Amino acid sequence: MITNLSRRRFLLYGSATVGTSILLKACGTAPSPQPSPSAASPAATGAIKVAGVYTVPIEQQWVSRIHKALDAAKGRGDIEYVYSENVTNTDYERVLRQYAEAGNQLIVGEAFAVEKACRAVAKDYPKVAFLMGSSGKPDGKNFSVFDNYIHEPSYLTGMIAGGMTKSKIIGMVGGYPIPEVNRLMHAFMEGAREITPDVKFLVTFIGSWFDPPKAKEAAFAQIGAGADVMYAERFGVSDAAKEKKVLAIGNVIDTQKDYPDTVVASALWHMEPTIDRAIQAVKDGSFKAEDYGIYSYMKHKGSSLSPLGTFESKVPAELQQKVKKRQEEILAGTFTVKVNDMEPKSTA
Amino acid sequence: MNSINLLLGVEFWVATIRIATPLMFGTLGELLCERAGVLNLGIEGIMTMGAFVGWAAVYQGADLWIGVLLAAIAGMVFGLLHSLFTVYLGLSQHVSGIGITLLAANLAYFFYRVLLPQVNTPPKITPFQPFAIPLLSQIPFLGKAVFTQTPLTYAAFILVAIAAYLLYRTPIGLAIRMVGENPSAAEAQGINIYSIRTLAVVIGSAFMAIAGAFLTLSAFDSFFVNLINGRGWICIALVIFASWQPFKALLGALLFAGFDALQLRLQQKIGAAIPYQLFLMLPYIFSIIALSVMARRAGYPKALMVPFRKGER
Repeated sequence: MITNLSRRRFLLYGSATVGTSILLKACGTAPSPQPSPSAASPAATGAIKVAGVYTVPIEQQWVSRIHKALDAAKGRGDIEYVYSENVTNTDYERVLRQYAEAGNQLIVGEAFAVEKACRAVAKDYPKVAFLMGSSGKPDGKNFSVFDNYIHEPSYLTGMIAGGMTKSKIIGMVGGYPIPEVNRLMHAFMEGAREITPDVKFLVTFIGSWFDPPKAKEAAFAQIGAGADVMYAERFGVSDAAKEKKVLAIGNVIDTQKDYPDTVVASALWHMEPTIDRAIQAVKDGSFKAEDYGIYSYMKHKGSSLSPLGTFESKVPAELQQKVKKRQEEILAGTFTVKVNDMEPKSTA
Repeated sequence: MNSINLLLGVEFWVATIRIATPLMFGTLGELLCERAGVLNLGIEGIMTMGAFVGWAAVYQGADLWIGVLLAAIAGMVFGLLHSLFTVYLGLSQHVSGIGITLLAANLAYFFYRVLLPQVNTPPKITPFQPFAIPLLSQIPFLGKAVFTQTPLTYAAFILVAIAAYLLYRTPIGLAIRMVGENPSAAEAQGINIYSIRTLAVVIGSAFMAIAGAFLTLSAFDSFFVNLINGRGWICIALVIFASWQPFKALLGALLFAGFDALQLRLQQKIGAAIPYQLFLMLPYIFSIIALSVMARRAGYPKALMVPFRKGER
């Protein structure tokens, strides 16, 4: 059944195969491999060349914050910005090297699943500055790390959640229990306990970063079990809360405009302080391996509690007062929110 | 104790049927293809494309049902491509199917990015709302569980019945089953094997695309690239579980969805004692066990994955 390939057919298939592979290769080339003249002299003219390498689409909450900060810097004319999104972890190192080869001076990305490879690349390109999302430590001379240390506003949103729950059950749906998720959940839980000590938590992980229908189902299940405030770590949770008319707390981004009667408050992450500091360091040649984590702290304006907006009048004044007081204490450094990276568990 | 209470709650059954809906469409689509002798591994990608096209159409202002229709047409295009490779050219069905999955999924992403080059959160549409069927939804328990769903869910149930009727009670159904069992005999009856197989693959692919569209137009209201998240592959397994019969496919989809709904509820109850990964595994473990039990008796179509070449013996 496979034998009777005529010569003509063979030629047809053969040329089709070759043609396709050439086409694929053409499509696969990097966005801008040819270094522009300005890149030859770093620290010279205004704009430095920055590349972003992300493992998820730029809509993902986490990456959207980085992308936004870099876009803003581009808008100011501080940087030339190129990026690749949805890069698989197995391909990550190649893309990283490609951008390093292309003459980018600063590369921003996420090393979580490819720590070793990223550090190796950084070692191979000592003149390029690397600023990577990572749970690890800075490395060598040019490998800096950052992370979403927004546990402080998470604590504050937890206080709000603790005050707003009537059933004393709070639902939490997460993707995977990695430190970046865990520490925010724990801070949130601590905050809720401060206001309502006997509050119970339902915790579900859905084993995916991008499955809103499943996150929604998990949220439905928690609401069915009595949760009346949802911690919306994933897309989909606020939707379930909206449909079932319970409340939700946002994370990383402010989604209140999409759910005006559902999302009470959000713990926001601002990447601008981190990014701007790194850009400045590259510009004046002072970039070194550093932990940029603290620039996500409230003190450095790297995170904040969102305005209550539509819930301004619905959150009791007494509770607002308590939250405000805590916020001031955090900013003054008299109150520290614990960083706990352990996997959170249900307590109900 | 707790888990028994869970099963008795209406809310659990509503969730089960909601989770089952895309699986019902997808499994039915795959079943049709395979009944005609063509394995369609393009399902995962076709579902992604369906999810995107349906959502994008509605986002651009089309009616929800037009969105479903356009998704189905997009699915048909990829079905046609698959049948060109596997039916007419007789190429490997595995390779072609996986190629189509990669192509369709990435094309969906590409078009999405062309449509929305710069967004911070994916835009939303107004999805199908649950529609309680008068009278029927008044039936205690069952009525609330089955008849308070969104319209596409009702369509899925109806489609299963129609597919079963078509396959077993009509000449065209007989022809589809025959080209999947013994194409040479079918050809001797004057049936055009290529046309029938293409028809089955194209219609089947349309169902798969609707399965995807359900996720963006009914279960959720915006499009994400990895949204399908392996649901297509589950459908492939469910077809074997169903032994290529529509009603068993319905049963399989409900069982799988039931386990998924159950694990989400068990996880939050006893997740403190048992690692969450075990719960996530539950539906898949069920699939493997059910497959190994059911596959012994599975009467798979004899000409499945065998390309037909006219005049060849």
